Amino acid sequence: MSAMPSIPAIEVQALGKRFGDFAAVSNVSFAVERGEILGFLGPNGAGKSTVIRLLCGLLRPTSGRITVDGIDVGRDPEAVRRRIGYMSQKFSLYSDLSVLENLQFFGGVYGVPRQAIGERIQDALRMAGLAGHADTPVHALAGGWKQRLALGCAILHRPRVLVLDEPTSGVDPLSRRRFWDLIHDLAADGVTVLVSTHHMDEAEYCNRVALIDRGRIVALDTPANIRRRALDGELVEVRGTPLGRLLEALAAYPPVRDAAVFGNAVHALLARAADEAPALAAYLAGRGIGEVAVARIEPTLEDAFVRMIGRQAQGAGGAA
Amino acid sequence: MLERIWHILVKEFLQIRRDRWARFRLLVPPLLQVLVFGYAATFEVFGVATAVLDLDHSQESRALVAAFAHNPHFGIVRMAASQREAEAAIDDSSAAVAIVVHAGFAAALRKGQPAPLQVLVDGTNSNSALIALGYVGAIVDTYSQAYQNDLLGRINPKLARTLVQIRLDERPWYNTSLNSRWFFVPGVIATITLIMVVNLTAFAVVREREMGTLEQLMVTPIRPFELIVGKTIPFFCIGLALMTAVTLTGTLWFRVPFRGNPLVLLLGTSLYLLSTLSLGLTISTLCKTQQQAFATNFFLVNPLFILSGFSFPIASMPAFLQWLTYANPVRYFIVIIRAVFLKGVGVAVLAPQLLALAAIGAVLMGVATLRFRKSLD
Repeated sequence: MSAMPSIPAIEVQALGKRFGDFAAVSNVSFAVERGEILGFLGPNGAGKSTVIRLLCGLLRPTSGRITVDGIDVGRDPEAVRRRIGYMSQKFSLYSDLSVLENLQFFGGVYGVPRQAIGERIQDALRMAGLAGHADTPVHALAGGWKQRLALGCAILHRPRVLVLDEPTSGVDPLSRRRFWDLIHDLAADGVTVLVSTHHMDEAEYCNRVALIDRGRIVALDTPANIRRRALDGELVEVRGTPLGRLLEALAAYPPVRDAAVFGNAVHALLARAADEAPALAAYLAGRGIGEVAVARIEPTLEDAFVRMIGRQAQGAGGAA
Repeated sequence: MLERIWHILVKEFLQIRRDRWARFRLLVPPLLQVLVFGYAATFEVFGVATAVLDLDHSQESRALVAAFAHNPHFGIVRMAASQREAEAAIDDSSAAVAIVVHAGFAAALRKGQPAPLQVLVDGTNSNSALIALGYVGAIVDTYSQAYQNDLLGRINPKLARTLVQIRLDERPWYNTSLNSRWFFVPGVIATITLIMVVNLTAFAVVREREMGTLEQLMVTPIRPFELIVGKTIPFFCIGLALMTAVTLTGTLWFRVPFRGNPLVLLLGTSLYLLSTLSLGLTISTLCKTQQQAFATNFFLVNPLFILSGFSFPIASMPAFLQWLTYANPVRYFIVIIRAVFLKGVGVAVLAPQLLALAAIGAVLMGVATLRFRKSLD
């Protein structure tokens, strides 16, 4: 493979998918380098799963082109599938079979050579922390264990590309952390990972993040860059009661460019936080809002995401 | 390719072995059905509850009533005293047939005039009613024939001896005693196999779709064709085992003769299984949940059964429905299995049915494969 180092592990060009009149994915383009972890971030129904299913050849694109390792998915889906390890959104191993039987089955259908299968299964068991549980029926495993086993099954054939569709939904935080450690180990070994999630905190584990909204990529950059660039201003956290009136007051105050509720506070976007914060506090006090507190904060990905999606919606509203 | 199919097969058999309830479902209901059909399914009518009203009180009327009383097909449950009582017996279902001999019956006979006999039949079960009426006809015919001969013998003995009569010489071939069981058991084998195989196949695929494992399989290098083969071979084996178990029950327990070559039955069964498996697969591509699959099976299996010639003669159906039966695999297999059991005929005679099954199987398998690919999109 050293002969063609320039070929990206995944390359997607002007991808589009329509279901009838509904454009699930429009004009999506991106490339993923070898060993990179790219996160797909977006609300439910944004089109994350559709892009992933197109990538695996489970759906046929309406337009555009996808290559994995330089191989066109449309032209040779089976060659692509041999290079991809896939974990779907829903847990999809055979729960009536044992851990070992699942590994043997998936190893077999992926064509793992017979002399290698024993060792690879041992590797997978060790990686998933399931050593000693080979004969346990899968339905008896807890959520996090199942998830790690599914990952173990997906990498038995040593895929170059790992595609994970919301792999940690419904898994407890500790197991999620452990799962991400595994992903990073795999990426360190040169496996390219494409992972979708709606956990904002998980996006921080990715090398780059693609924000997806209504079938389009809204932003594609490192988490740090997205946080920095998404906001055209500085962010303050405003506390006060009652929350509803606080939000209304902030939205009506011209220096505030954007305001959104996060937990029991409102995040407000100002041009220069240091200069404008005192005036803002005074304005709020004058509006009959009690216990006002304004503090400058660093934006999280979620802030960036909410702001970008909001801008998109405004743009779409203006156009229509 | 063979390697991948092999791994699917291992997985399928493991799953079936793991599932105790499935094993119960596979074995017990089919055997139970054969036993129930074997014992309970008969068209013959015995001991029909009969009410008799004799308003003539003559020697002739008593002889006629005695003819009914001695016939095993009828059991006289009530001697009614009035027309109203006879009708009430039919109304309250205490009798299915009422025979009313009106006053003047004997007088008419003696004058050589037609003597009316009134028969009331409970037509709610039209099938039994028709059969009972047939028996009534036969008894009355015999009676009137005997009366005629007797009368003629007394009037003109010479002429009576030269009286021409047609004597019916019944020779039902293959099932000489017209045993209903011989007729039913092979047919039941065909329908049980249909229901089991279509259900099992449809559910096996729909379950994978419902569980999400089908999607996982489709991202492996498994081709749709390999998956179809891997999913259907186990049910083909189960279908054959089922057929063998039910056939053995029919021949060893119910003593239904097996006159043909088992290999001919094996060939017919294989082709039949091909079409029923494909039907199950096609259903599975139309359904997203097991409930849908259940409803679709229910919707399909009954018409297939009724339009098979299993119990309702195809020749009596309207032309449109007769055309439909040509697409029904059960129709052909019923002919094959009855012929192999009772007639003992071979491939040469059954070639049209075998070819029809092969054609239906091939078309359905093609449809299933195409739909299977599409259904993933």
